[in-house]
Amino acid sequence: MSLSLYIMTLFGLAVFSYFLGLKRIRSVVAQQVTAQQRLVPTVPTETGQAPISPTDTTETGHAPISPTDTKQHSVDHFHGLFLALYVFLPPMLLIIIWQACAPFVTNYLLETQLVTIFGTLSQGALNIQIAQVKAVYNGSLAAHMVSEQTTLGVAYYARIQQTFSIILPVIATSFAVVGFMFAYRRIALRFPARRHIEKIAIWFMIAASVIAILATLGIILSLIFETLRFFGKVPISEFLFGLHWSPQIAIREGQAGGAGAFGAIPLLVGTFMITLIAMFVAVPIGLMSAIYLSEYATQNIRDFVKPAIEILAGIPTVVYGFFAALWVAPFMRDMGAALGLTLSSESALAAGMVMGIMIIPIISSLSDDVINAVPQSLRDGAAALGATKSETVKQVILPAALPGIMSAILLAISRAIGETMIVVMAAGVAANLTANPFEAVTTVTVQIVVLLTGDQEFDSAKTLAAFALGLLLFFMTLALNILALRIVRKYSENYE
Amino acid sequence: MEKPTPYIRADLLRRRYRAEKRFRLYGVVAIFLASAILITLLGAIAFSSIPAFTHTYIGLDFDLQAGDMTENIEDNNWHAILRKALYQQFPEVKTRRDKRMLGKLLSIGAADRLAHKFAANPSFVGQKVQVYLPASDDFDLFIKGAIDRTLPESDRLLSDKQIAWIDKLRAQARVKRQFASHVFLAGDSREPELAGIKGALIGSLLTMFVTLLFSLPIGIMAAIYLQEIAPKNRFTDLIEVNINNLAAVPSIVFGLLGLAVFINFFQLPRSTPLVGGLVLALMTLPVIIIAARAALASVPPSIREAALGVGASRLQVILHHILPLALPGILTGTIIGIARAAGETAPLLMVGMLAFIVDKPANITDKATVLPAQIYIWANNPERAFESLTSAAIIILLVFLLFMNATAIGLRKRYQKRW
Repeated sequence: MSLSLYIMTLFGLAVFSYFLGLKRIRSVVAQQVTAQQRLVPTVPTETGQAPISPTDTTETGHAPISPTDTKQHSVDHFHGLFLALYVFLPPMLLIIIWQACAPFVTNYLLETQLVTIFGTLSQGALNIQIAQVKAVYNGSLAAHMVSEQTTLGVAYYARIQQTFSIILPVIATSFAVVGFMFAYRRIALRFPARRHIEKIAIWFMIAASVIAILATLGIILSLIFETLRFFGKVPISEFLFGLHWSPQIAIREGQAGGAGAFGAIPLLVGTFMITLIAMFVAVPIGLMSAIYLSEYATQNIRDFVKPAIEILAGIPTVVYGFFAALWVAPFMRDMGAALGLTLSSESALAAGMVMGIMIIPIISSLSDDVINAVPQSLRDGAAALGATKSETVKQVILPAALPGIMSAILLAISRAIGETMIVVMAAGVAANLTANPFEAVTTVTVQIVVLLTGDQEFDSAKTLAAFALGLLLFFMTLALNILALRIVRKYSENYE
Repeated sequence: MEKPTPYIRADLLRRRYRAEKRFRLYGVVAIFLASAILITLLGAIAFSSIPAFTHTYIGLDFDLQAGDMTENIEDNNWHAILRKALYQQFPEVKTRRDKRMLGKLLSIGAADRLAHKFAANPSFVGQKVQVYLPASDDFDLFIKGAIDRTLPESDRLLSDKQIAWIDKLRAQARVKRQFASHVFLAGDSREPELAGIKGALIGSLLTMFVTLLFSLPIGIMAAIYLQEIAPKNRFTDLIEVNINNLAAVPSIVFGLLGLAVFINFFQLPRSTPLVGGLVLALMTLPVIIIAARAALASVPPSIREAALGVGASRLQVILHHILPLALPGILTGTIIGIARAAGETAPLLMVGMLAFIVDKPANITDKATVLPAQIYIWANNPERAFESLTSAAIIILLVFLLFMNATAIGLRKRYQKRW
């Protein structure tokens, strides 16, 4: 909390410096004007004529002073802003860098101190001690619950934190002072403050754009890093080709039934089955409604149906999940029972159908766009040859729109594979390797949630497996998206 | 006379027209199915949410004397006072077991409620008053007709005796259904009759605040750079590819990123709006950038040229002329992106925002949950009364999202310019 107070103070200082900057540039201008008035005696003017300004001095006999030399480069506002930025930015950068690094520094210091307190410690015991020290310091663990040595560690940790909480503002403030002095001296009549500020602004914009790259890089690196650690514990061949998935790892050594199996094939089969069912629901409904809306429907129907489909797209997936678990799955089970089939209450069918409902608006709106992009002349041509509307659609429009529709379907598949909440709430948790849509199956996303929301210990194969599954998911969706883009680029016709 | 060449054969034509009709019918059926699904979904949830907005209250008589009370009214043993009042109502209940069963008709939170009532109205002490206190969820379900009294006793949530007591209370007109304000004003609870969405709603607002704080300025700056300033080269191509790619990454992967980078690497606190908001900000960023670029691109070049012509610098052109004109479009895209983030659950589960949290968060570094995660938590609760509460929370979430989207559409309609 004290940090945000400090940042607010810093901001106040920056605002103050802004006004100091304004004052400074005004005084510089005033000095310049008086200096020139001394240099250039004011010529008495005729009535009605404006007094000759100091820059128009060519006729006075004095050496001409070029206007560009004496004209103020930037308006006062930019000088003030320049000073304010130099006061605010350097300490802020320091604080940001510090906040990013502080946990590592304090952890390192604490570790070395604990080693001196306890003598040699195994890595596991050390981690436990560090966690205890932090818990006591945060107040989530009572101080009398830990050993005396740990209390020493807590005192040391508190001392580090206190020292840093003093040192940081001191250094940051000195940065602000140096920035102020540097910038204050540079304020002058010809100083291009505006250009400096624009340069800083553009650098900020570049930094903002680079965040997109950093995010992708962060995703890939963090996933790959954890996945590699996972493959250190479980062989990659078992993960990719194993037919058995039961990620229970023994908590105590020698525990029964805790061998753990990490074969991802059942998860992939489950994912594809649910996706396939979803597509069987979404593609016909989505495509036919897109065709009907763009080729047959009157404006009134369009005005009514299009927003309805958009509402379907705006419903959060957790709502679909609730709907699937509470109504669709029991309904399907009862239907199945009436027909003499045994459906699991977490059947792939129910989850897939609800996911299909979620996908309808994606297919429908993307196909609508592509169908509308087919030029009217093609329709007119087909009509002139005597084709009925449905023949035009089937033989002219759909072939022309096919690349776009294919890419829409691929994008929808990629959405279905990555969808989480519906399957978490409506599909199963146990990994069955089955092709029967009436049974419960599990998916990649369900397992990621299951692995990471229970009791988790860091560094166990169980936790790391979630990242390996995440990487798999990332590459599958990436491949589908690239493929979708390729199809459109390669096969779509240009009618212009 | 020669027969005409059968270019148009009547039977073929009829068949083609039938095919035409059939095709058209498929379209109508598709539209009908999509609309029917939407109506069913919203209708089922709305219908099942109705019971959650009212709750059953039991009126009990209290006759407390000032001499028996402690100085601070809330410090009294209200559980004991409540039990005494309840047993007085039913003098025929004698055994311990029956008394316990009788006590279960009242909510666990009833004693707290009673204490608050008396603390708020000190004049109640010393006079005979009737106070309405929340009934337990099973009592409430019975009143709402969700428990069938014709079922055998072992299959029911309430025993025969409890039903008899309820009937007696009803005969004395001590049972009434009221608007359940706790749904809106309380935090989470294990008891459905005490649980509310306020904590989750505040958590959602705090998370959205963090999301907006990071994604809007960064998104606008990136969009301005890419659309107006950047030269066309490999570096900017790379940025564009990355943005388009990020827009298609499954949301759960952003959760994994948040767990690995924000929590494990930077050691930010788990389960907080800060981390959740950062994860959602990364997810929303591409949406905002793409919308902002489209809005900037729609400003006609004549405006740029005119501003440059009167001597504005490139940045002045952008900040003084282009950006204000593009702002409605940017805000529309931003609101739609934020609305999507507000309904997102999966990435927040990864950063621990599904914890059971009773306290309402006051700060972005307090432990909190969000509305969709609260829905997920309640949906997983097997207790029957949570079903309608979950539906109620969904309705509130949908109203919230509808409001945001309506604002976006209104903004677009009001300020959209055709050049």
